[in-house]
Amino acid sequence: MLLEVKNLKSYFFLDEGILKAVDDVSFAISEQETVALVGESGCGKTIVALSLLDLIPSPGRIVEGQMLFRGEDLRAMNAERMRQIRGRHIGLVFQEPGVALNPVYTVGHQIAAVLRLHRALTRREAQAESVRLLGDVGIGDPEQRAKAYPFELSGGMQQRVLIATAIAGRPELLIADEPTTALDPTVQAEILDLLRYLQTEYSMALLLITHDLGVVAEMADRVMVMYTGKILEAADIDTLFRDPRHPYTQGLLESAPRLGVGRGEVLRGIPGTVPDFLELPSGCTFHPRCNLAEDECTRAFPPLEEIAPGRQCACYKVT
Amino acid sequence: MARSESRVRLAPWLAIVPGVGHLALARRVKGAHLLAYAAGAVALMIWRSERIAEALGSRAIDEWLAVVFLIGSLLAVASYSLWDVRRLLEGGDGPLAGKSPWRVASRRFRVNILAVGSVYVIFLLYVLAILAPLITLQDPSTMENVLETRYLSPSLAHPFGTDEFGRDLFSRALYGARVSLSIGLLAMLLSKVIGTSYGAIAAYFGGIVDSVLMRLVDVVIAFPTFYLMLMLVGVFEANIVLLVLILGLTSWPGTARYIRGEILSLREQEFAESARAIGLPPRLVIVRHLIPSALSPVLVSAALSVAGMIGAEASLSFLGLGIRPPTPSWGNMVSGGQDALLVAWWVAFFPGALLALTLVSFSLLADGLRDALDPKTLMRRFV
Repeated sequence: MLLEVKNLKSYFFLDEGILKAVDDVSFAISEQETVALVGESGCGKTIVALSLLDLIPSPGRIVEGQMLFRGEDLRAMNAERMRQIRGRHIGLVFQEPGVALNPVYTVGHQIAAVLRLHRALTRREAQAESVRLLGDVGIGDPEQRAKAYPFELSGGMQQRVLIATAIAGRPELLIADEPTTALDPTVQAEILDLLRYLQTEYSMALLLITHDLGVVAEMADRVMVMYTGKILEAADIDTLFRDPRHPYTQGLLESAPRLGVGRGEVLRGIPGTVPDFLELPSGCTFHPRCNLAEDECTRAFPPLEEIAPGRQCACYKVT
Repeated sequence: MARSESRVRLAPWLAIVPGVGHLALARRVKGAHLLAYAAGAVALMIWRSERIAEALGSRAIDEWLAVVFLIGSLLAVASYSLWDVRRLLEGGDGPLAGKSPWRVASRRFRVNILAVGSVYVIFLLYVLAILAPLITLQDPSTMENVLETRYLSPSLAHPFGTDEFGRDLFSRALYGARVSLSIGLLAMLLSKVIGTSYGAIAAYFGGIVDSVLMRLVDVVIAFPTFYLMLMLVGVFEANIVLLVLILGLTSWPGTARYIRGEILSLREQEFAESARAIGLPPRLVIVRHLIPSALSPVLVSAALSVAGMIGAEASLSFLGLGIRPPTPSWGNMVSGGQDALLVAWWVAFFPGALLALTLVSFSLLADGLRDALDPKTLMRRFV
């Protein structure tokens, strides 16, 4: 197992109260596997990623849980070892390439910085390698582009550059946080192709964080559905799309437009809105929006239970 | 273009002369500047060759330094010119080479005539000050036949006239420039270096260290600087080092506060987070990513602060608390000339005018830098 997360809890301690952004999340990723973490905006997906790299901004912190990367406890590491993990073993691709790249350095310089940090290359070697990486992420004329500043590149190219910095250390796990959200649909497809290509080429596992079910269907081996900081359902991709069990997952799938839907058929949304993290409903946080909800659901959050081999669901109504 | 290319082929040895290669490659502005500097330096060397030989043999370190600067700068200009010509011949930067933020800024700076003019003035003043021993014909403190030479009005022999002791004011003005200009530059550097590192350290450690450091800043700000200066120069003999220390050590809190605030806000930005995500230690995140992004306003305030420092030195010297005669500084020269203002206006006029020119130039420079570096003024007529 490449990564094992057990009972992770990351809370933000605000003046208004404790915001449980990640509340008792457990999952695992094996080598070279693609796992998608799906959920609406603000459900805590990104905080899961930041927890792994110990990058949660204050006033947030990891309260509890265990994160084993190749058996090594990420939480027990000293700062020095953590810095080796970042970039060298776990790469992170941010959502907005335009702001994640530093505007005052050339893109070649920014890739070379990672190389020099993690791979003990000389300045010249790092330069050559960064040009090679730019070619690898599909940037034409990489030799010249390496001398360009981020603002001289299009959004798609910036995302490619950002991906190049994330894979420069040859990590075993690449976390892509909404890698295509800020991009045009045509460019999105290219970036997804690129991620898939790089995953095989560099034999990486991929943790894909997204709210876009289309992206999930195209990329993932396994899917985890997240809602208000908790995982509601996890299954492999085919099972989940064919036979969603949790009412929330069913609602998500029904509300997504897809080919084959009859003309004039109305897309059904999930009633209600995502609750405020500071005023979560009691019991199952989804119960106010759920048409199956009963008394039981308002009392305690249902545990995430194995309902079939390889698939889990957190719902009293699903067995 | 065809003609100029053939000229390079015909006489490649000409490229040894700084700027000629650029002129041949149609880089006229750069070529003219390089050529002009080199020609001026060589002309000065020929004109004052005896004085240079004498200066090299003398024990006075400032004369020796002037010669080293003259020759060194000439060599630097020549080798830069050769290097740059070779780079241009190899194809320059290529079509997609980045427009670095500095290059963009410099292009925007160059359209500002006042700012560019102030750069020439400042450059000229500094070069004249450094080369003062090689340029002046009279020693700044020699007094001979005082009765015959005192209060001579400006003439060819004494471009700025002479003072009550018959000393050549042109020569005193240039030597005074050395004092004033070096105090301005060094005190500014001291203040900005301390301010930047102090602010960065406070932001880096955060928490209680930050609180303690910033309360210390409040104390320094609350301190009446001018009285501190008066007291210190009263106790110690005022000299350049003391003035630089006093001016530099009392003026950094503004920079420290600015840098701290800027780093605290920049480090929440995503490029800082992504720098941490690749495993860069926080120390390097600040030095490589945050400080450079915060630095351009510091540059603007640095230009203003040189003017402030020079002004402060002049005020102290004018009051007789700064540099003491016979060592000339613009401040004490103005002060020395004020009694003779009605009989010999030039004694106070020339140092005063130079002082004003310097201060105005630095203000204009700061203005130009601000316009060039501020992205908000971008995109109107420059792009």
